[in-house]
Amino acid sequence: MSDSPVNPLAVKNSQDDRSVVGAGSTPAPAPAALPRRRGVGWRTRFEIAVLSGPAVLMFVGFVIFPVFLAAYYGFFRWKGYGKPTDFVGLNNYKIILTDPEFHAALGHNLFIVVASLVLQGPIAIGLALLLNRPMRGRSLIRVLIFVPYVISEVIVGTGFSLMLATNGAANGFLDKVGLGSLAHDWLSDPDIAIWTLMAIISWKYIGFAVILFMAALQNIPDELFEAAAIDGASYWQIQRSITLPLLGPTLRIWAFLSIIGSLQLFDLVYIVWGQYVAGTAGVSTMATYMVQYGRTAGNFGYGSAVAVVLFVISLTIALVYQRFVLRRDTAGALTDKAAR
Amino acid sequence: MTASTIQLQTHRPRSRATSKARGGAGPATYFVALVLVGLLLVPVVYIILGGFRTNSQITTDPAGLPSPWKVSNYVDVLANGTFWREVANSTVVALVTSAAVVGAGLMVSFVLARYSFRGRGALYALFAAGLMFPVTVAITPLYIVVRDLGLVNHLAGVILPQIGFALPTTIIILVPFLRAIPEEIEEAASIDGAGKLGFFFRMVLPLSLPGVITTGILVFVGSWNSYLLPLFILNDEGSFTLPLGVQAFSSQYSTDTAKVLAFTSLSMLPALIFFSLFERRIVGGLQGAVKG
Repeated sequence: MSDSPVNPLAVKNSQDDRSVVGAGSTPAPAPAALPRRRGVGWRTRFEIAVLSGPAVLMFVGFVIFPVFLAAYYGFFRWKGYGKPTDFVGLNNYKIILTDPEFHAALGHNLFIVVASLVLQGPIAIGLALLLNRPMRGRSLIRVLIFVPYVISEVIVGTGFSLMLATNGAANGFLDKVGLGSLAHDWLSDPDIAIWTLMAIISWKYIGFAVILFMAALQNIPDELFEAAAIDGASYWQIQRSITLPLLGPTLRIWAFLSIIGSLQLFDLVYIVWGQYVAGTAGVSTMATYMVQYGRTAGNFGYGSAVAVVLFVISLTIALVYQRFVLRRDTAGALTDKAAR
Repeated sequence: MTASTIQLQTHRPRSRATSKARGGAGPATYFVALVLVGLLLVPVVYIILGGFRTNSQITTDPAGLPSPWKVSNYVDVLANGTFWREVANSTVVALVTSAAVVGAGLMVSFVLARYSFRGRGALYALFAAGLMFPVTVAITPLYIVVRDLGLVNHLAGVILPQIGFALPTTIIILVPFLRAIPEEIEEAASIDGAGKLGFFFRMVLPLSLPGVITTGILVFVGSWNSYLLPLFILNDEGSFTLPLGVQAFSSQYSTDTAKVLAFTSLSMLPALIFFSLFERRIVGGLQGAVKG
């Protein structure tokens, strides 16, 4: 990317680089070695600009800018052609916040948030503890457990929708083993559909949680286990008093990622249930609502407003979570090390 | 949002005393592991085996095995130009996206990790906040932006936004990696006459290779699987990537279940092969990234 011939030019930077760099962007440099500082400061600034330029440009242009655009378009009734002129103020938001379909979608999202944490968390911890034991074929299992995570949502969705169809393989299998009475309309029965969705989500994403937890387990120093073993602690005592507390930070970060992912859920629902059935089966999410009433219906102003609502809800939950749950983990990570 | 410590090497020999703490593996352990693997693989196996059956086999016995095995579905898909065009599109998009993300991400991560300047915290916070902006939220206006750039139905219309959205994760993984390179190496380099950029090209690039490969693979797989963005940007069959192709194929041939299954299983192969080749890297990189 940056193949500018800078190597020979950069020779003069001396080893007190850090303080010099600091001085380059501060108006009041420290008294010593004044004459050399200015030039180095400018070159350093140039380096910083060149090195961070491409990333900042791409990120601001294609991530930050569209989000602000959404906030702007959200105030218009707009079909996406020409300039938005039909200013409707907060009308779009009024419609969204009073639309029972949106309430239903939001409710499904919140259900998915909670159910994902409650179902996947304990199972993933259990599996991580299990797979942390020395056993044959462990590395193979580690690969296999990650397979669902690597397969795209479209493939997962296509496969599951065929398998769970009324005359699909799942019901066929139940019939075969004599449990035909357990056969259901897994996808279209509104009482069951959201649990089917939870099963698919868990299948797809639990590998990610397990891998994270296993990584954290392996980073626990062996000395702690040795000390506990010498003190006569049993396997379960060790897990409860050492492993789980030390798993805390990873657990909290995983939960954070899981919550955000649940709030933004789109692909799986859209593929398995299609764009119109999701509502009647009781699995619509805020994102499928957004696509259905925004892009598909051609109402770009309204779709943008839904995006803003979705974003504000996610951001609020994320900030609250960070404030109250992640605080002790990130104290230092964001504020100290990066800001200093 | 993320921890900034990382150990470049975390492998240490395991002493015997810890086997009690980690637990041994009895028959129960193997049994649970076996059940787990079964549950994980059933849907994948269903898709692959289904491709070897005929539609009448599938209708009469939805949960059965292929009898006799038929390869014609797979042969049909492989002889189909559409499939290969979509593979090519997906490959181009994923390769260009990962190369650009790794390049731009590594450079800005170097700045964030090894320079100290005013606004560094703000710059880092900007990218960290990007984790909160998944493509879902920005997709509607993003489509407008791409359309105004004239890139609808062009692969570049998918690649450019993907680069922007993949940067935050990449940066958050790479910054701790680069920060973990000992100060002494930088000092030694500067005594030997290398400046900051010389240090970057001669020391940082080789030393950060594991992190770079990890993030590159994550971006590649993410791009290979991405659905929402191509769904908005690519409306022309000729520009479809594989996920769009799978969906188009399954609605076009909705009555030909066996062929849909063959198409689906062939399109998950590349990501699976890619992943099994680099599994260690991915898992190792995640260890570094989310180490509480």
